[in-house]
Amino acid sequence: MATASIPAGGHSDPTRRDFLMVATGAMGAIGTIAVAWPFINNLNPAADTLALSTVEVNVAPVQVGQAITVKWRGKPLFIRHRTPEEIKAADEVPMSELRDPQTDNSRVTDTAKKVRPEWLIMIGVCTHLGCVPLGNNPGDPKGEYGGWFCPCHGSMYDTSGRIRKGPAPLNLAIPGYLFTSDTLVRVG
Amino acid sequence: MASSHGTPPVFNNKVISWIDHRLPIFSYMEKEYHHFPTPRNFNYFWNFGAIATVMLVLMIATGVVLATNYTPHVTMAFDSVERIMRDVPSGWLIRYLHMTGASFFFIAVYVHIFRGMYYGSYKSPRELLWILGVIIFLLMMATAFMGYVLPWGQMSFWGATVITSLFSAIPVVGDSIVTWLWGGFAVDNPTLNRFYALHYLLPFIIVAVVALHVVALHVHGSNNPLGIDPKGPQDTVPFHPYYTMKDGFGVMVFLIVYAGFAFFAPNYLGDAANYIPANPLVTPTHIVPEWYFLPFYAILRAIPNKLGGVIAMFGAIAVLFVLPWLDTSRVRSASFRPIYKWFMFILVADVIVLGVCGANPPEGWYVPIAQVATLYYFFHFLILLPVLGKIERPLPLPPSIADAVLKKKAG
Repeated sequence: MATASIPAGGHSDPTRRDFLMVATGAMGAIGTIAVAWPFINNLNPAADTLALSTVEVNVAPVQVGQAITVKWRGKPLFIRHRTPEEIKAADEVPMSELRDPQTDNSRVTDTAKKVRPEWLIMIGVCTHLGCVPLGNNPGDPKGEYGGWFCPCHGSMYDTSGRIRKGPAPLNLAIPGYLFTSDTLVRVG
Repeated sequence: MASSHGTPPVFNNKVISWIDHRLPIFSYMEKEYHHFPTPRNFNYFWNFGAIATVMLVLMIATGVVLATNYTPHVTMAFDSVERIMRDVPSGWLIRYLHMTGASFFFIAVYVHIFRGMYYGSYKSPRELLWILGVIIFLLMMATAFMGYVLPWGQMSFWGATVITSLFSAIPVVGDSIVTWLWGGFAVDNPTLNRFYALHYLLPFIIVAVVALHVVALHVHGSNNPLGIDPKGPQDTVPFHPYYTMKDGFGVMVFLIVYAGFAFFAPNYLGDAANYIPANPLVTPTHIVPEWYFLPFYAILRAIPNKLGGVIAMFGAIAVLFVLPWLDTSRVRSASFRPIYKWFMFILVADVIVLGVCGANPPEGWYVPIAQVATLYYFFHFLILLPVLGKIERPLPLPPSIADAVLKKKAG
């Protein structure tokens, strides 16, 4: 073994032993990660969960002014066929009035950048504490802004699903969706 | 404990000092796994205790992960295992690691037991250490048996039926015991559920008994290949770094072989019949347990009487419990017992012959061979060991371990 002189107060030249220690430590670290990876990867969603993560909806039967609810990734998806009045009301709201400013246009654009203002597709979970707001079914209270009303703590959303009144901090979330044809939309 | 005798240990790190003053885990680790004087002449047989511990941890880790995806109901168990194999991310790997891990856990424990028998590690003052080991072995067998039932394949079901039915041989209470095991009139859903609960529980009981096993070991320290006690510091080395590194190396080699099987031949040690879903109305042509049970299975079938076979099978393990008292030799290590040494190898051959008999249907030559091999097994423990110790002339023991090691280096 090479003898290394150790100067007072300083480092000696790295020895073979140092090299072996560092090399072993590095291999040990790599090995540990390699062993840990399958155990952590195992927690990821399984193939059957992933298969349910994309849903295709035929929106042709939804009349103007009608709304449907579809289950997606375990949560309700609100699809509303908006009337021209609802679209106009959503467009005319100034950004300064909004708690979570977003233009109506940006909320009705699909992943291919096509804007279809008549189709509003949102995740129907109140951004306050997670209740499902009312407003999709005929006869549901829609709140003061003509959109949705959450009965749990009184949050009110407008015709674009944006929060206007009540404790919710954010607008109703828009998932990534793509219209594969004029009447077929793929969500997720 | 650190504070009750001697000077208290000094740690540079203040946090470690603070913890150790209140719960001396660090000084315990320093004493038992760093400075602990260990015989300097260990061979690689001494690695297998550490290897077995690594396998135990691995089995618990993979087992818990499997449990997050397994469904213990007769209508869904088989399919849930197939879902783990196909749909769960990395599920196939975890399942194969667990399956192969059981086999390699038994390989490690069988080598560990052989070491104990060859080198006389069961002799005074280590009798209780040995008995704790036999208890761990029994718990392992129960755990492995119940685990094999869980995938609910044909072999799972019929193996469970055969082994639980054994207990009906016990007079008076036999039938009640079988009903209590089954939870019904045959192996069915209640059986699967209780086996699952117990299969999850027993490994933690094994951990507790392993802890006792290691504590018992550290009272008098390890045996060594010469079988003579260390006489001073010249006969020992500190456990760290010598045996942390040697064990680490041995564990790595073992894991390489284990990985070879788990990745390239995961079903080699198993039975194809277990990939058929259990059918209570159709018995497979050959019911065979996993390889690590084969010698005991052969002993069970060798005796033509039902109760006799059960007694012989459990007796084969019972003799292990009393081994420290069966062997009358004052010399520990087979290295210095020239006659016993050969009988140990014959015993190993006998157990392998029993294993081969257990793997085959009890027909033709296998029947008398299994019977002779069973007789020989009990002859070794009950007649040979007590007699040999008295009549054998052992070789002269070296004066000390250091002496023997240095002589070997010089000569």
